[in-house]
Amino acid sequence: MKMLEINGLNVWFGSGRDRVDAVRNAAFEVGAGESFGLVGESGSGKSTILRAITGLAPSWSGTIAVAGRQIEIRRPKDFYKQVQMVFQDPYASLHPRHSVDAVLGETLQLHGFKDIDARVVRLLDDVGLGQKFRFRYPHQLSGGQRQRVAIARALAPEPELLLLDEPTSALDVSVQAEILNLLADLRQEHGLTYLMVSHDLSVVGHMCDRLAVMKDGEIVEIMDVVALRAMKATHPYSQHLLQASV
Amino acid sequence: MDPLLDVEDLWVRFSTRQGVFDAVRGVSFTLGRERLGIVGESGSGKSMTGRAILRLIRPPGIVEADHIKLDGVDLLQKSEKSMRDVRGERISMVMQDPKFSLNPVMTIGDQIIESYRLHNKATKSEAWVKALEMLEAVSIRNPERVMRAYPHEMSGGMGQRIMIAMMLIPNPEILIADEPTSALDVSVQRQVLDIMDKLVQERGMGLIFISHDLNLVADFCDRVLIMYAGRIVEVCDANKLHEAQHPYTRGLLNSLPRLDTPRDRLDVLKRDPAWSEAPSVSGRL
Repeated sequence: MKMLEINGLNVWFGSGRDRVDAVRNAAFEVGAGESFGLVGESGSGKSTILRAITGLAPSWSGTIAVAGRQIEIRRPKDFYKQVQMVFQDPYASLHPRHSVDAVLGETLQLHGFKDIDARVVRLLDDVGLGQKFRFRYPHQLSGGQRQRVAIARALAPEPELLLLDEPTSALDVSVQAEILNLLADLRQEHGLTYLMVSHDLSVVGHMCDRLAVMKDGEIVEIMDVVALRAMKATHPYSQHLLQASV
Repeated sequence: MDPLLDVEDLWVRFSTRQGVFDAVRGVSFTLGRERLGIVGESGSGKSMTGRAILRLIRPPGIVEADHIKLDGVDLLQKSEKSMRDVRGERISMVMQDPKFSLNPVMTIGDQIIESYRLHNKATKSEAWVKALEMLEAVSIRNPERVMRAYPHEMSGGMGQRIMIAMMLIPNPEILIADEPTSALDVSVQRQVLDIMDKLVQERGMGLIFISHDLNLVADFCDRVLIMYAGRIVEVCDANKLHEAQHPYTRGLLNSLPRLDTPRDRLDVLKRDPAWSEAPSVSGRL
């Protein structure tokens, strides 16, 4: 079964002569348990696809199906038990005046869990933070620790599909390695499916099985990682991107 | 040949509630007409080193050094007023994000002209011509339109090229580039670097290139200082960076994912407290 199927997806902002077509006729599918990458320059529409899936983009057309179920404009509550997102900047995505405990506890409560206390403990262990971080505030955490909290928050409703929007681009390379390892471990333990956006081809090459290259809102090529490593891109733009990143 | 810039035993301190924090701890290096890279993680003191040279660290921050000599003249002895003749004119700096270093309510042309006329006696029309020339030198298409545009109308790559143009107009001897390409896409990154490289070569300037990207520095610079916890832990030729000896440098290199050599797990840097205790390596030639 396919975890995610996207067909003829268009996303636009504004209307009339101010209309910007951010994504045009995008189509790809991600199998269950697979890790799929989206690469491209800034402004190519890769994050917009993630935002359209979660409902953060206001206007879109086409079909998005998660685990065989079509998404309506108004998403049912249990959709967010299935799909969660991790954002790019761990400095901006956590509430500065909520402790780690409040962030995770609130998420768990919203999703209707009863054993909140035990789950917060387990989530913190899962992302390798441990108990001593439970009552800290974001300003008492480093960038890598904050991103771990953001990942824990995304894991709280026990999702199947995790959308990762440049999860390591705000971090140092040494911390990036820790987070990428953590994400790889979590995928194995929880059987997650990843859809990962990155501008860094080597990160996508490390994390993903297949990837789509985007340019100006269109997917120009879908290839697997073996082809990427062998530098066998067929579209001239992806060849150009490969050369620029080696 | 005498070095352009000579920094001896530089310390940058900030007093906090928990006591004095040393951001830079006894760094010494020289800069000739070369491209010198400074790499390290965030918090290693690389940006502070760049800012301290221009005396941009404001109180309560404290800058101490035996000397910071530009062509034999100690910058630390200069008055604030004469420092202003150094900033921009002899040493200029390109900051990380063009969004925060351009004035959002002034057209780009006005900003470039202002910075040019501050350092040179020129009429507005002369400055306009000069500004156009500089924008062309950093390969901006349609410079006439860009001159009349506001910063929010520019993409990140164009903004950074405009900053470089603005910094190069007074023809400085030293350019300090603090993560000039981190906010840019890989394909644009290359363009901006090529432009900087060309200008540095043509004018025989000294360049201090501050970055966290090891591969980029290895590619682009002549010599590299690797900083950890406010000290220089290793100095090496850029083309030999991949043979670096220090465990910290090796750790950073190994933590990068690589396309050509796939691995299941990335190596995680294990920090040794001894690294921050070891005395700073001298970056003098």
